[in-house]
Amino acid sequence: MMTEDTPDQELTEDEKQLFGQLLCEDQNQLTDFDEARRNFLKQITLAGGGILALQMFGKETFAGSLHEPLNAELPVNLENSVNVSFKVNGIKKSLDVDSRMTLLDTLRERLQLTGSKKGCDHGQCGACTVIVDGKRVLSCLTLAASCTNKSVTTIEGLAKNGELHPMQASFLKHDGFQCGYCTPGQICSAVALMGEARNGEVSYVTPNVRIKAAPIQLSEEEIRERMSGNICRCGAYPNIVDAIKEVHSAKPVAQNWNLVDQKELTEI
Amino acid sequence: MRPFKYSASTTINSAAQLLSANPNARILAGGTNILDLMKEDVERPDELVDINRLNLSVVKPITEGVNKGGISIGGLGKNAETANHPLIRQNFPLLTQAILAGASAQIRNMATNGGNLNQRTRCPYFYEVSMPCNKREPGTGCGAREGINRMHAIFGWSESCVAVHPSDMCVALAALDAVVKVQGSSGKVRSIPFAEYHRLPGEMPEKDNTLQHGEVVTSIEIPKNNFASKSYYLKVRDRASYAFALVSVAAAIEMNGSGIKQAWLALGGVAHKPWRAFEAERFLAGKAATADNFRQAAEMEMKQAKALEHNGFKIELGTRAIVLALTRAMNGGTA
Ligand SMILES: Cc1cc2nc3c(=O)[nH]c(=O)nc-3n(C[C@H](O)[C@H](O)[C@H](O)COP(=O)(O)OP(=O)(O)OC[C@H]3O[C@@H](n4cnc5c(N)ncnc54)[C@H](O)[C@@H]3O)c2cc1C
Ligand code: FES
Ligand code: FES
Repeated sequence: MMTEDTPDQELTEDEKQLFGQLLCEDQNQLTDFDEARRNFLKQITLAGGGILALQMFGKETFAGSLHEPLNAELPVNLENSVNVSFKVNGIKKSLDVDSRMTLLDTLRERLQLTGSKKGCDHGQCGACTVIVDGKRVLSCLTLAASCTNKSVTTIEGLAKNGELHPMQASFLKHDGFQCGYCTPGQICSAVALMGEARNGEVSYVTPNVRIKAAPIQLSEEEIRERMSGNICRCGAYPNIVDAIKEVHSAKPVAQNWNLVDQKELTEI
Repeated sequence: MRPFKYSASTTINSAAQLLSANPNARILAGGTNILDLMKEDVERPDELVDINRLNLSVVKPITEGVNKGGISIGGLGKNAETANHPLIRQNFPLLTQAILAGASAQIRNMATNGGNLNQRTRCPYFYEVSMPCNKREPGTGCGAREGINRMHAIFGWSESCVAVHPSDMCVALAALDAVVKVQGSSGKVRSIPFAEYHRLPGEMPEKDNTLQHGEVVTSIEIPKNNFASKSYYLKVRDRASYAFALVSVAAAIEMNGSGIKQAWLALGGVAHKPWRAFEAERFLAGKAATADNFRQAAEMEMKQAKALEHNGFKIELGTRAIVLALTRAMNGGTA
């Protein structure tokens, strides 16, 4: 993968377009964070490895929504059918579901939103975490039938106008994953966590819960405790914590990994 | 999961009526326990009565009656919101800590106070339908009694069941002398003192508590206390977070000058119900708040403990946990 060819020669038209979208510099409100993210994306893309990352995190997210829904899988005979009308990533949906259908299965099997993952189906891993009415919850233990009038945000709904959510970009920068299976849940969970910290919500490791609620600066211990509902089998925890720290503090956190450079490469 | 009818009710009365009309109907609140158990085929209701639209989630100060000055928390209030309510954080930090020691942020956002009280044991023999379990299927025997019982009870167990109640929140509620308010289809409201809400297994382990079918937990009342600055919830578990307790301790101390006026102690992870450590409490009344007295009180309580084959470690662990929880309570309730 690491060749001297310029990446452009390896990009398909689709990828070039996506690449352009992601790295467009003509936004007038660039925060430091955005700048850092762009430089980072450029850096990994130029080095070649980013093509994979862009495919995984960019293309699927943006292009995925263009697919036509697969009507073939619509069930014909529903036992105990319940109608549910709710919003998913800002779009109104109304469908009939079997009363047993979980929100997770509804997202994945009926709405083609396969970003949310089924790790355990029993509330023990957090891979299915989505945000319902602003709160992070487990979609595997939520009945679709109980979601009427609610508003659901999944990993597919975090990027806006072709721009990754800062938490997504930070997970990329810090390599906050290995296989990526837990990642959608980790990111949804982390996004909601930022709101909880802003609201001054306490945790089991907060030294004094009697303090008046005010935005809390999360220590590493706090981040770990508050993210404990998201298990990562690959053990990417140190990088996940770094990624969250960067967004939470709004200050760049040093990457603990680097792409190999040309000099090192020739020495191997 | 087996098929079930989904009914949503909007009033306590209609919920209670739907339940009373069908012995196989169950309440659906946060769903974090009932749906899990239905997927495992442990619970097999043919109807779920969704009570999420009932107006039962307020936290409000109690302004009259025996618990005046205390607080009332709604049966449908979410665990996370209850823990973070400013009045609870300020006046009942023991409850805040206990709730936040349980489960994960996502689960606490879903779990309700009434559901937390009525959650079932996490005993693996209860969960595994191919195993014997008197709680799941009366008369089949207790798989854990002679099986792997490291996580199980050391107090109050019987030959028919050695399971423990898994809740953290309930351990604090036991120490806080809470009262559970329930309402049935007749509209009649019952007040159940917390110590009488959950039960020991005896010969009827299939009954976790004294709630009757058709009754809804509408609120939980906590009386006023004078120990908000001296309380602590300690949870000891196999991993740092997101695991059930091996042993947990809710400790609170009210001082009288330099001596202890009264102590409140409840233990989790050790019995079929939150275990109020009355022996230790009696010993501590009137004593100085010293490490030595804490140790003696803890040992006195643990004298009644009876270990199973694999959980003997809980006796020493429990003793030390009581001492540490009391010490931290004295230090202002900080970790
Ligand atoms: C992975 C995992 C880890 C967990 N870890 C912990 C932990 O460490 N500590 C801890 O304390 N808990 C833990 N829990 C349990 C969690 O706290 C409970 O599942 C939750 O509190 C149940 O509340 P619910 O509203 O979701 O109940 P539901 O699942 O909706 O209901 C549970 C039971 O209560 C009944 N019920 C519900 N509401 C009422 C009411 N108002 N009146 C009468 N009956 C009612 C239901 O019919 C059902 O039988 C964990 C759960 C999971 C899945
Ligand atoms: S799939 Fe929902 S918690 Fe594991
Ligand atoms: S990245 Fe593989 S499980 Fe977390």
